[in-house]
Amino acid sequence: MAMPSSGCLFFSSSPATLLLRPALPHLSLPTRRPPRPRQQISLHRRATRQGNPPGTNPAAASSQSSPATHETLTDELKWEEALPSCLLRESLPRHVAIIMDGNSRWARDKGLPVSAGHEAGYRSLKEIIRLSCLWGIRALTVFAFSSENWFRPKAEVDFLMTLFQGVLKENFDIFVREGIKVRIIGDSAKLPKPLQKLAKEIQDVTVNKTRFELIVAVSYSGRQDIVLACQKIAQKVKDRLLEPDEITESLFAQELETNHSRDFPYPDLLIRTSGELRLSNFLLWQSAYSELYFTKSNWPDFGEADYIEALQSFQRRQRRFGQRIS
Amino acid sequence: MKYKRQNNFKSSSNIFGRIWFSMRMFLFNVLSFGPLPAHIAFIMDGNRRYSKKHNSKEDTGHNAGFSSLISTLQYCYELGVKYVTVYAFSIDNFKRKPDEVRSLMNLLKEKIDELLEETSVINKYDIRVNFWGELNLLTEPVRLAAKKAMTVTGKNTGPVLSVCVAYTSTHEILHAVQESCANVNKMLAERYSNECINSAEGLVSVADLEQHLYSGSCPEPDIVVRTSGETRLSNFLLWQTPYCHLQNPGALWPEFSLWHLVWSILQYQRAYSSLQERRMRSKKTY
Repeated sequence: MAMPSSGCLFFSSSPATLLLRPALPHLSLPTRRPPRPRQQISLHRRATRQGNPPGTNPAAASSQSSPATHETLTDELKWEEALPSCLLRESLPRHVAIIMDGNSRWARDKGLPVSAGHEAGYRSLKEIIRLSCLWGIRALTVFAFSSENWFRPKAEVDFLMTLFQGVLKENFDIFVREGIKVRIIGDSAKLPKPLQKLAKEIQDVTVNKTRFELIVAVSYSGRQDIVLACQKIAQKVKDRLLEPDEITESLFAQELETNHSRDFPYPDLLIRTSGELRLSNFLLWQSAYSELYFTKSNWPDFGEADYIEALQSFQRRQRRFGQRIS
Repeated sequence: MKYKRQNNFKSSSNIFGRIWFSMRMFLFNVLSFGPLPAHIAFIMDGNRRYSKKHNSKEDTGHNAGFSSLISTLQYCYELGVKYVTVYAFSIDNFKRKPDEVRSLMNLLKEKIDELLEETSVINKYDIRVNFWGELNLLTEPVRLAAKKAMTVTGKNTGPVLSVCVAYTSTHEILHAVQESCANVNKMLAERYSNECINSAEGLVSVADLEQHLYSGSCPEPDIVVRTSGETRLSNFLLWQTPYCHLQNPGALWPEFSLWHLVWSILQYQRAYSSLQERRMRSKKTY
C-alpha cells in the first residue's frame, strides 16, 4: 500500500492491520471545542511552508463548487486542527465522488464469501465519511449499486439490498444529529419497497441539513440520468412551456438527479478503486471536469492513507478548464 | 483488416523505410493475435509544454503535434483500427487570449488544407474525415475548410478520422437533446398520435439521443488516451466512454510514438475481457 509523503501525521497500514483495526461502531464527528480567535497567521504559515502564497493554489482557485458560505468559525478551526499537515485545506476538493469497486475481489482474494467483501466495504465507507467530515470536505457521492449490478446473482443482490437497509437504519440518528444531508439517486422504483420507504424518510428528515452532503447512487446509470433529464425537458416542450432552442446546459443540468445540490453540484475529484480504468456509467455529465484518480487498492482496503494520497494527488494538479494558466 | 497503404511498401523511398515498414507489420501481426480496438480516441494534450521543454516558440509544439497525429494515424490504420477520434479544440479554449485563439484558428486552417493534399495520409488510406462540434463558432475560413474536407472525403470507404473542434461533450449532448425535442414538436405539429406519447418516456429514448449525437455513425471508443499525464476527460465524449479503457501516458502529445501506441494496445488487451463483459451487461439495461 502506498505511503503518504513524509511529514504527514498519519501513516499507512498494511491490509492486515486494517482488518485488525476495530470496526467503528458508528459515525462520529469530533466533539465541539470552545471557539477561539481565528488564527490567520497559522494558515499563512502553513501555506508559505508548502511554498504557495495563500490564496493562489491552482486546485482551490479552480474548484468547480462554489465557496461554502455557511461554514462556522468552529467548523473551520476543527477542520484545520484535524487536517493532516500534508494537506492544504484551501486546496481540498469540495466534492469527492467514489466508485467503490473491488469488494468481491477482496473477498475472493481472502477466501471469504462475497458478503464479507460488501460488509468490509461498508466499514471502509464509514471511515471515509468520517474523514471527509473531519477534514472539511463538504460533499461525498458514492457509487453503491449500478443499474448493471441487477444482473448479479440474486442472492448477492438480495444481500446488498438488506445491507443498504441496515446501513440506513443503523446510521439514521447519526445523520440527523451530525447534520448530514442524505440523498439517494438512481432508479428507486427497482428497490424493495421497505428500502424505498426508508430512503424517502431519511431524505425528507435530513433535507435541511447543511454540514455535509452524502449522495448515494443506488440502481444508478449516468446515461439514464441524462435520458430522464431529456425526457423531462421534452415534456416541457410538449406542454409548450419551452422551445428547443431555449434549452441551455444549465437548464438541462437542473433536470439531472444531482440538481438538489446547489453549492457542490459536480465532483472535483472522482476516485475509483480496484485498478479498473473506466467510469462505468457513473456521473457522466457531472464528471466533465473532474480530476480522476485510479488506485489499485480494492475498496475494503481503501483507508486513510489511500485517501490522503488521493487528496494529495488532487492538490498537485493544475485545473485549467480549457484555459491557459501562465 | 489492415488498411495497407495504397502504395505498397516498395514505394518507401529507401531500404531503411522498407525495413521499418516490415518491422511494423511484423509487430502489428503479433498484436493482432489478441483483440484489437476498433475505435481509439486521443486527447492531444501537451503541445505547448513540448515547446517550453525545448525552449522554442509555441508553433513548434503545435507543428510537432500535427506530425505526431499523422504518424499515429498511419500506425492505427496499418494496425486495422477503423475509427480514430481526436480532440483538437474545445469550446472552452475560446476563453483563451484572442491572439492565441486567432493563431490556433490559422493553424487549424493550415493543417486541414495539408490533410487534403494529394500526398497526405488521408488520400493514401482513403480516409473519411468528420468534424464534430459547433462549427458555427469557428472563423469562416476554418469552417469552410472543414466543410470542404468533409465533402471531398465523404465518399471515401477507408477508415474514419473524426476531429473534434469547437466541441464539448455537454454541448454535444445538449445539441442531441435539442434535436430530439425539435422532433417532438414536429410529431405534435404533424398531429402524430398523442396516444403514443402520453408519457415522458415515450417522447425521447436512448436511441433518439444517440442518433442525434455527432458520433451517431461511429461505434463507441474502446480506448481514450490522454497524453501528458493529466487524468481528466475535459468534457470529451462523456456519453460515449462509460465502458472504455482510459489511459494517460506521461508523454506529451508530440512525443507520442509507435511504442506508446503498442503499450496502449497491450493494456487494452489485458483489460478486454472485463470491458466486454460490462459492455454486454450495459446493453441489456436499455
